[in-house]
Amino acid sequence: MHITKDLVAASATPLVLGILADGESYGYAILKQVNEMSGGHLEWTDGLLYPLLHRLERLGHVESTWQTPAEGRRRKYYRITDQGLKELAEQRRQWAAVVDTLRGVWNAGASLRPIPASAWGVTG
Amino acid sequence: MTVDSNNDLEKQIAEWRAYMRRRRELHQPDAEELEDHLRDRIAELTAAGLHSDEAFLIAVKRMGSLDELSREFAREHSERLWKQLVLTGDDAGTPTSRKRRELPTMIAFAVGAAVAFKVPTLFGVDFTDDNNGGFYLRNFGLFALAPLAAYFAWRRRVSPGVIGVLVALFALGAVAANAYPMAMDSQTIVLTMIHLPIALWLVVGVAYTGGEWRSDRRRMDFIRFTGEWFIYFVLIALGGGVLTAFTVGTFSAIGLNAETFVGQWLVPCGAMAGVVVAAWLVEAKQSVVENMAPVLTRVFTPLFTVTLLVLLGAIVWTSNGIDVERDVLIIFDLLLVVVLGLLLYAISARDPAAKPGVFDKLQLALVVTALVIDVLVLAAITGRITEFGFTANKTAALGENLVLLANLSWSAWLFLGFVRGRLPFGRMEHWQTRYLVVYAAWAWIVVLAFPPLFDFA
Repeated sequence: MHITKDLVAASATPLVLGILADGESYGYAILKQVNEMSGGHLEWTDGLLYPLLHRLERLGHVESTWQTPAEGRRRKYYRITDQGLKELAEQRRQWAAVVDTLRGVWNAGASLRPIPASAWGVTG
Repeated sequence: MTVDSNNDLEKQIAEWRAYMRRRRELHQPDAEELEDHLRDRIAELTAAGLHSDEAFLIAVKRMGSLDELSREFAREHSERLWKQLVLTGDDAGTPTSRKRRELPTMIAFAVGAAVAFKVPTLFGVDFTDDNNGGFYLRNFGLFALAPLAAYFAWRRRVSPGVIGVLVALFALGAVAANAYPMAMDSQTIVLTMIHLPIALWLVVGVAYTGGEWRSDRRRMDFIRFTGEWFIYFVLIALGGGVLTAFTVGTFSAIGLNAETFVGQWLVPCGAMAGVVVAAWLVEAKQSVVENMAPVLTRVFTPLFTVTLLVLLGAIVWTSNGIDVERDVLIIFDLLLVVVLGLLLYAISARDPAAKPGVFDKLQLALVVTALVIDVLVLAAITGRITEFGFTANKTAALGENLVLLANLSWSAWLFLGFVRGRLPFGRMEHWQTRYLVVYAAWAWIVVLAFPPLFDFA
């Protein structure tokens, strides 16, 4: 299954904020987590995560620090801010509304036209 | 992973990093962040059993195309497409201690210049008072340029010998300005006021070149610096004008008169500090911002050429004689200065190896037209001077005219040779940089010899 670019772009912010809400993380780990959670369906171009992170930082939703762990490379970690948590809550509300609406439409559609595929063969 | 493949991988990553660094949209920390990501990805792929160069290729591919990446970075960091003046120089890695001291030192020199200007008032010399034989009038060039020369002496870490030369020349200027008994309303004091700053500016050039004032390249740098400095100083002055207007306006709104403060402190001290700040700005933005003087030259050379050609045409067509009034020589002196400036700043930005083009021909036309007009003016004026005798002002104006005329005539000759492909462009550069000495000599002659020659009149 391939998810279209628009959907990927729209869901990127709540995904990143949601992952960072669990604790600070860095680019590669965020990407891996998105990949695992979506079962591999959400394919991001690796590099494009970073402009998004920088945008969230500029907006004040996340903050970043360079950290050098013992025996490791210097790495940039991102942490969600209070403002970011509020933004996440707001995005969740919006997505919930979208998902609810969609579910309503799917269900209504299913009840209006409960035509099984085999029925087409009979009428046609 | 073997040591060999490890080395190969490092080399590949280094190449990739260099490639990233060429993009202006991607700053050093971004490239580091992306590299960290790339290494993580490679580590994961090799752990899954891939060979290191295969892993590298896949990791780079998954990173996305560099064009797309830079576009996204540019969209997020649109300010990076505008070259910004980084005042602390923190983009270029860890700044050296000297680099970090640069800004405070510049401020110290600027404050020093502002304070030094007010020191004489402690000894009762009033800035606006004319009774002190025009102390400030005689010395403002010294006050403005001595701190600048000192600043460059510090910046270029010039040798003690050069410092000695600088001190001696500034002392000479101070003596010439103050020892002669020139009256406030004399012509010679005005001439000193105009020429001493010119002479001292060229002394600043010695400090600017760090003592290498014989080198053509360094002299050309000083010419470039002069143009940029002038533009920056004008910009600072415009900002200062706005500040002054607001100071006076807002304080008068609350019933306080700020005019004394503005006249006695803000404007003179600000101007003195501005001299140093403008110089520092030119140095700091040298490789960041395009030089403005050559851009203005490009815009105004055609306009001036047309204007002068029309003027020449009008002189010939109407056969109107040139009205030889007092100031006519000065206007034409200034015209020659402008033409020379247009020429100099076109030269300063030109690639010496480039072939002659349309712009060069235009420049030649400009110089030749200016020369023809100036010869007409000189012919008209010589009769008048012989009739009424030489005053200090007239002699100085005439001398300047001849100095500039000589420069432009030879320039026109060299230019003609260049446009016809017979002379290399370097000759032109060489001529102009050599000629700086003539300006210095003339300015010093006016400062040192004119007052006694004309009985301090």
